Amino acid sequence: MAYRRIKEQAYKWIFTILAFSSLFFLVGIVIVLFKEGTPIFQKIGFLKFIFGRKWYPTYNPPDFGILPLILGSLWVTVGASLVCIPLGVGSALYLNEIAGFKQRQFLKPVIELLASIPSVVYGFFGLVVVTPFLQRLFNLPTGMTALNASLILGLMATPTVCSIAEDALSYVPHSFREASFAVGADRWQTLTRVVIPAAGSGISTGIILGMSRAIGETMTVLMVAGGAAVIPGTFLEPVRPMTAAIAAEMGEAPMGGSHYHALFAIALILFLITFVFNIIAEIVSRRFRIKLGLNG
Amino acid sequence: MKKDVVQKLGFSLIFLCILTTVFFLGTIIYFIFVKGAPIISWDFLTKVPRNAMTEGGVAPIIAGTFYLTLGAMIFSVPLGLACAIYICEYSPKSFIVNIIRISINNLAGVPSVVFGLFGLAVFVNFLGFGVSILSGSLTLGILALPLIISASQEALVAVPHSIREASLSLGASKWETIKRIVLPAALPGILTGVILSVGRVAGETAPILFTAAAFYKRGYPKNIFNEAMALPYHIYALMTEGAHPDKQKAVAYGCSLVLLLLVLFISGFAIILRQRQRSSYAQ
Repeated sequence: MAYRRIKEQAYKWIFTILAFSSLFFLVGIVIVLFKEGTPIFQKIGFLKFIFGRKWYPTYNPPDFGILPLILGSLWVTVGASLVCIPLGVGSALYLNEIAGFKQRQFLKPVIELLASIPSVVYGFFGLVVVTPFLQRLFNLPTGMTALNASLILGLMATPTVCSIAEDALSYVPHSFREASFAVGADRWQTLTRVVIPAAGSGISTGIILGMSRAIGETMTVLMVAGGAAVIPGTFLEPVRPMTAAIAAEMGEAPMGGSHYHALFAIALILFLITFVFNIIAEIVSRRFRIKLGLNG
Repeated sequence: MKKDVVQKLGFSLIFLCILTTVFFLGTIIYFIFVKGAPIISWDFLTKVPRNAMTEGGVAPIIAGTFYLTLGAMIFSVPLGLACAIYICEYSPKSFIVNIIRISINNLAGVPSVVFGLFGLAVFVNFLGFGVSILSGSLTLGILALPLIISASQEALVAVPHSIREASLSLGASKWETIKRIVLPAALPGILTGVILSVGRVAGETAPILFTAAAFYKRGYPKNIFNEAMALPYHIYALMTEGAHPDKQKAVAYGCSLVLLLLVLFISGFAIILRQRQRSSYAQ
């Protein structure tokens, strides 16, 4: 009997330790980013790093200003949202409101399947198809531009936005719709004035997570954004988002040097941005669940 | 009458949205199939590359992706499953569980390139594994961890409480109940989650950029401390490195199709499996 009790305790402890070790990884990531990233802040100053307008890490003396990279990320993320919000939310509305049962049974898994296409395949498509197309269309020196990256990232994020928005719409109770029909509203009025407001915060969660995916996406922007670390003037110019700078330069940055630390500092800032996005998504989605009386 | 017009317009707009989405995503897949299909042959899948990556096959590259994915799963499945069991079965519902849950959610949202840097700093440099299959697998494993945990959690929660209580009332201990009753019932759901994360991990590039991947390596990797070529990284490298861009592009089409088929097949399998399970729960 004693043996059995000891065994039970042992299993409990094993699972506790293993569970906490995964917590340890998140903490580990934060520690590593701070440890390897902060030296650059001490060296050139935090504000100078964030708002510096020149990114010439390999010059002598080097310039470590990441404003062009931050703006690059911002541009492609905003551009991507312009693509993925209408397409993703629109598709979700179609699936939930218009599609018949059979159509939905087919389209929902297909959209989920599309979300699993690796980013490098999107990047490859952008490089071999969209790049020459944009170059000819706008008569540009290069087709690898912020516009290209925005289009591809937007398409990539669309299935994510669509899946989450569709889930949110399906949680809206049928009684809401029936009440609206009962007072004489048609399907469109019910959709825009009852269903969408009721599912609003759930849809927002999808949008936030889609944008978070776009801002952290690496391979596509590395391949199609063009890579010029200058402050972008229009969507038809090449940009170098933060993720692309890390991926492109880490291979050449000597370990422990300023450039190495600067790239970790960019990763730290990127981590903090996505962290904030995720926390907002969490708060919004919890509010949504409480509002519709789902389990908190 | 105006009401009808607005409704028609609105619904057409929505229809246009899904049409555009399906059209463009369909175009991408169609394009890769059409351009990649002529490249793929039995030799392409089973031979080693020749002439600076421009001829021969990509077998060692497929093998590299297989090893990296397998390594990631060996690391993340036991750990993730244990974490889910702790959260669902052992933990007191408390503050700490909330912290673990929020951490896992956030871990899932961390950009993949950040995992790559973590792997570089910890596995490659600090622990001294070097650029190797081991470092790459561990990095990919951490990336897969939150996916496995949340899928397992979902599967464990779906097991009805009454079954657990029945087992406990027959005198089984907590661990015996978990091992003999809960885990077998949750197994299909857990497996689906694992398969889905295999699809995700196999296609990831950014985490292995600095931890495992090499563009050119002679032959197959020999042990876990070797660098490896991997399909996703290979596509990127073929398009950005090397001396024969045109010939390399053809190989890149082939690699893209292989990767696409692999991932779509794995994920599609998991999605179908899950739909089967859901409908069986409903009965």
